[in-house]
Amino acid sequence: MIKDQDFLEAKAAYCLDVAKKIGASDVSVTIGHSISETVNFRNKNLDESNRSDGLAFSIDTYIGKKKSSISSSNLLNENLDILIEKCYETTKITPEDEFNSLPDKNLLADELKDLNIYDNTHINNDKKIHYLKELENIASEDKKIINTESSFTEKKTNFILANSDGFCSGYKTSSFTTSCVAVAKDENSMERDYEYSSKRYLDDIKDPQTLGKLASYQTIRKLSPKKIGSEKLSVIFDKRIAKGMLSAFASAISSSSIARGTSFLKGKINEQIFSNSINIIDKPDIIKGLGSKNFDSEGIKSETLNLVKEGVLKNYLVDTYNGRKLKLQSNGRSGGPTNLYFENGKQSYDELLKTNSKCIYITETIGHGSNLVTGDYSVGATGFFVEDGEFKYPINEITIAGNFKDMFKNIFLANDLNFEYSINSPTMMIEGMTVAGK
Amino acid sequence: MSNFFDKSDLARKDAENIVSDTLKNCDDGELYLEDSKSESIILDDNKIKSSNYSSDLGFGFRAVSDEVVAYSYSNEISKDSLKSSSENLQSTLKSVKGTYNNEIPKSNKKFYSDINPIEQKTLNSKLEVLNKVNDYLRKKDVSVKQVTANFLGEHKSVEIIRSGGEAITDIRPLIRFNVSVMLEKDGRKETGVYGIGGRQAYDDYLQNDNWKSVCDEAFRIASVNLESKPAPAGEMKVVLGPGWPAILIHEAIGHGLEGDFNRKKTSAFHNLMGQKVANEGVTIVDDGTIDNRRGSLTIDDEGTPTERTVLIENGILKNFMQDRLNARLMNTRSTGSGRRENYRHVVLPRMRNTMMLSGNQTQDEMIKSVDKGIFAVSFGGGQVDITSGKFVFNCTEAYEIINGKIGSPIKGATLIGDGPSILKEVSMVGNDMMLDPGIGTCGKAGQGVPVGVAQPSILIDKMTVGGTKL
Repeated sequence: MIKDQDFLEAKAAYCLDVAKKIGASDVSVTIGHSISETVNFRNKNLDESNRSDGLAFSIDTYIGKKKSSISSSNLLNENLDILIEKCYETTKITPEDEFNSLPDKNLLADELKDLNIYDNTHINNDKKIHYLKELENIASEDKKIINTESSFTEKKTNFILANSDGFCSGYKTSSFTTSCVAVAKDENSMERDYEYSSKRYLDDIKDPQTLGKLASYQTIRKLSPKKIGSEKLSVIFDKRIAKGMLSAFASAISSSSIARGTSFLKGKINEQIFSNSINIIDKPDIIKGLGSKNFDSEGIKSETLNLVKEGVLKNYLVDTYNGRKLKLQSNGRSGGPTNLYFENGKQSYDELLKTNSKCIYITETIGHGSNLVTGDYSVGATGFFVEDGEFKYPINEITIAGNFKDMFKNIFLANDLNFEYSINSPTMMIEGMTVAGK
Repeated sequence: MSNFFDKSDLARKDAENIVSDTLKNCDDGELYLEDSKSESIILDDNKIKSSNYSSDLGFGFRAVSDEVVAYSYSNEISKDSLKSSSENLQSTLKSVKGTYNNEIPKSNKKFYSDINPIEQKTLNSKLEVLNKVNDYLRKKDVSVKQVTANFLGEHKSVEIIRSGGEAITDIRPLIRFNVSVMLEKDGRKETGVYGIGGRQAYDDYLQNDNWKSVCDEAFRIASVNLESKPAPAGEMKVVLGPGWPAILIHEAIGHGLEGDFNRKKTSAFHNLMGQKVANEGVTIVDDGTIDNRRGSLTIDDEGTPTERTVLIENGILKNFMQDRLNARLMNTRSTGSGRRENYRHVVLPRMRNTMMLSGNQTQDEMIKSVDKGIFAVSFGGGQVDITSGKFVFNCTEAYEIINGKIGSPIKGATLIGDGPSILKEVSMVGNDMMLDPGIGTCGKAGQGVPVGVAQPSILIDKMTVGGTKL
């Protein structure tokens, strides 16, 4: 059973008390508990079961403007005593930093909305096994599928964040995740692809048939890929890849990158960085949302932010420390964005595909080719060659490259947004990227 | 050595009994206990940004039957907790009938000493070095706009208890020192990163103001990049420099030779054992036994002593890297390659220090032989799709080669290739094998473990360079 609020609050109160008694001027502590149970299947047989049950503790102690942190998984009081003492001693010899402080009291979350992010349902391993059997039976129906691996994870977490200004709050979350990876083979190649479903509530995950069919279909269609020549082309990003553009954007507007001067978007507030059809929103209170939260990792209330409006950058993602450096108020984004998404574009998916007589449709990228200092982007890719709106043949061993500054201005979006992940994008097209192949 | 039982209501004898009892009908399994301490001290933006210390204690209990692994972990070492893990394992493996294999090789060799690097240098003297780094770089040139430097230290104590009560222990120190610098000139910004590390004390790496050479190298890479032009796009010849660029070998070849992917036949190499997979001059080994290296281990995380495993010898595929599970199912022996990030994770076959050995050609000969291509000296990260064999890595320092001469530096670009065929494209192997500076972390199935790589300069006849210039 996941530990209840009382247990976590008592531990947090104990830590605050110990730290204050030995002389810390301010203290912030997080106590968390998480239980997760996973069953893995391979080729229709049980492969692995994994249960984890872990407590976690982390504390920041301040002496004026000096700050230090300690974390541990051992929550016995005698261990906590030793570690808090060590943290305090380290704080003493750590240099002052004028921007160190607890968050503004008047920004702290004062009420908890019920966001429906905890489902108390427990699904036992036998039922997980039943789901995975059905899933793999469907996924491996086609003879071209030579290997399937699937898994079902149930995760429950609870936490308390408390600080010496009187903040003390936390809540439970749950997630249920199923996935299937398939390998297909023909005389020319062996290919892998996947599908997964992750939801707050058990009843909302995709049924095993749908998931299995998708994993199988998406893998088989990649067989016998070709390598194409090098040229400038329009690139269409499948939704599961398009959201990566938003992740890069979120990193580039984090207040720490901005304050350090290591982002290509530094100083771009109120400037046009996307075409004027683009709106980007970060909304923390989506019911059942995978990124939903009541407050950020410092306790500051999170509210909806229009990050980009009609192509113009309106906000950074600001936490307390970097906000002080930048003379900006925290907007509750310590720890990053919440539910981040592009608003729908105007064209349908089919219209987007037909915009150009030829283009490529990317379903997977590999490599860490985003440089957020310069905006340079270059990654390996696999996908399909598209002519007159139709998928012609699979392609691989190519790279796609550009610079975010240009790419952002050339983004066109379809109107097929849905909320599958915590970061979501409609299908995306970027014109004029360099594709390198043969 | 940590005594995992002295502060617990769980006596060693009880733990041994629970382990033996739980595993009696299993083919393999063990109780893995781990006590780790780690620190991270970061200087950034002219200030000590954070000093973190972390202590983590826990166990992972594994039962293996045929192909099935049941695993349960907890960060509470107690009688109740171990019993509930045991029940969890038994519920997964209800009706198994295996024969527990008691054989585990022994060795007295140790590849690093039992030091605790965190305690061996005072916090004050670490802060002092970081501040010196900041001052040194900022005074070095007006273009220096940002400096980040950090120390990472770890002391990990592990004990493996097998059915029957056999216990195997290891103490593993690990440190890393990193410097990152950002330069700005004429409105253009570029970064350079360099680091060093291994399984010795901080001061073993910082003798004779060695931190200065780390700073100089990071600065040099950033300066080169300030002058870089857009990279070319398309297929061409690629010369790789010695040392760290061997992450190409790690991504392109190494992962595909891990036992699990080959047992499951999802690796592009699974049916190539004994066959020619590379040109004659290519020999690749994975070695866990080099003193004090980041990827070295006295024993792996199943208790097997590590070794030097020959993967490819003169172009012929000789061995896969194996943990006990995959070795048993493939009728071979463990190569001491069973590793896990920590007690929260199951063991997987992983690389240690993966090295391509020297040949007899020179880097000059390689460069001279290229009409149009690139010379890649340093890389960021890489990634591989095991099944299709396609792999990528990102250049962080590279130059164009025109008519046999090194030309302008080029912007960071992704290189993409095909694992099984890339070794056949290696047409020259240099005589200048070099180890990397001790900075690698390999990710697989969500687990990160420290690894090393090494190689001489090599010439690859054909790779796709993912630049923007057509």
